[in-house]
Amino acid sequence: MSAPELPLKRSAIAIEWQRLVLPIATLVLGIAAWDLVVRINEIPPYQLPGPGLVAKTLWTDWPLLWDSLLVTLATTFEGLALALVGGAGLAILFNQSRTIENCFYPYAVVLQVTPVVAIAPLLLIYLPQQAAVLACAWLVAFFPILANTTLGLNSVDRNLVDLFEIYGASRLAVLTRLKLPAALPYMLGGLKIAGGLALIGAVVAEISAGSAGAGSGLAYRIAESSYRLNIPRMFAALILLSITGIVIFFALSLVSYLLLRRWHESAIANE
Amino acid sequence: MPPAAAPIAANPPVVALAGVAKEFANGTLALDRFDLAIRNGEFVSLLGPSGCGKSTALRLIAGLGEPSRGDITWSGTGAGRKRNGLDVGFVFQEPTLMPWATVARNVALPLELEGVTPDAATRRTADALEKVGLAAFRDAYPRELSGGMKMRVSIARALVIDPPLLLMDEPFAALDEITRFKLNNDLLELWRAVGHTVVFVTHSVFESVYLSSRIVVMSPRPGQVFTELAVDAPYPRDESFRTSAEYAGYCRIASEALARAMAQKGASPS
Repeated sequence: MSAPELPLKRSAIAIEWQRLVLPIATLVLGIAAWDLVVRINEIPPYQLPGPGLVAKTLWTDWPLLWDSLLVTLATTFEGLALALVGGAGLAILFNQSRTIENCFYPYAVVLQVTPVVAIAPLLLIYLPQQAAVLACAWLVAFFPILANTTLGLNSVDRNLVDLFEIYGASRLAVLTRLKLPAALPYMLGGLKIAGGLALIGAVVAEISAGSAGAGSGLAYRIAESSYRLNIPRMFAALILLSITGIVIFFALSLVSYLLLRRWHESAIANE
Repeated sequence: MPPAAAPIAANPPVVALAGVAKEFANGTLALDRFDLAIRNGEFVSLLGPSGCGKSTALRLIAGLGEPSRGDITWSGTGAGRKRNGLDVGFVFQEPTLMPWATVARNVALPLELEGVTPDAATRRTADALEKVGLAAFRDAYPRELSGGMKMRVSIARALVIDPPLLLMDEPFAALDEITRFKLNNDLLELWRAVGHTVVFVTHSVFESVYLSSRIVVMSPRPGQVFTELAVDAPYPRDESFRTSAEYAGYCRIASEALARAMAQKGASPS
């Protein structure tokens, strides 16, 4: 190894180190500040519980919270899977037929821009509760996949399209060998956004459903705890929801990385 | 093997364009009254300034798009799904590779689209990669290759179906001069070995003289054939040809023809 390379490498490691340590340090400081504020002002737990109490609640209520988490997770992933099928499927359909696209695309936009909070109570009237919650998760998650996949399908290298035409490729071959692989990075980008949105959709629907008296997801636990002034449990459930969102994001990032690492610029480390 | 220009003149045309015009939807008349016959075994360059319709002419020869007026006749059998019934290889200015596919999969694409059996496709792909000297890179992805290597992959893909007609649209314009000279030489060797017909679009006088048996000088707006030059220097041509007085002489003639073609239409070089 040559001499000038060494300090360069060291500084790179230092930067990596900072990226890990600094956010954790911020978190620790934040929790300490939270704890101090609660102690010094002697804030009662039904207004603001300290971090110790929240952690203890997380521990003691774990069986209840875990079951609720599984319910919310199931809704989120079912919604996301349906959004992937629906969003990508619609994008392919729109790409194949301009007429169909013109007929339905505006309404896909309408579904997207109408706030899901406002739609959820209606869905709860017309659908069985579990189906309504799922529909909400699907509703907010499918549009980013639709929009991104559509963009990807339309972003194919024009020369490659010409090449396929020169070699007499069928419509199906153009779709499967050219358009879908070209759209994959865009679709995965949409999926990453949709993952977080599916969770939001599920939470919104659960809270709406919760006020209707049924449900057992994490968001329902939050609503329920709020009625009972069980603020520590609200915090515990909220923290679980945050962690779930983070895990979903990283899981989808990993899927994207694994699918694209051989060829797409986004997944290739700087050399 | 095409020995010189004289016997080629007697060969039947591979493709002939008669009175061809191409007007785009925005009203641009890219080609008008364009006549050209490409004979079997020729290496023809279409030489002209940017925007003179040479790429448009090449695309029409490839069967991409319809001429607005005039006729194109191909010598092909008319069989198969292709409109022109003729196998052509096309090399674009950019390598135009599928980034998600390995070098071998990129090269095999025309074979796979034609439904060639996997065994035969593998063998012919290996042959084509051998021809362009990239046999060792069959499992690499395009992003791992240099610009010159990507262009070689693109040429291998064009050659893999053994097309009677190879169409090249300024294929080396984006490469550095050293790589470009190297690829010029390799292309000539391939052409002499395989014996297909080449139509090569370029705006470089020097490249066209070095490569071609015939240069078609085009005048712009709308694109027309201004004049044709036969380059009678014998093949094989190599670096000694590039520095010869004969080469310099042809370059001067071609440059003057190009200058007159542009002056005639009052076009500015771009």
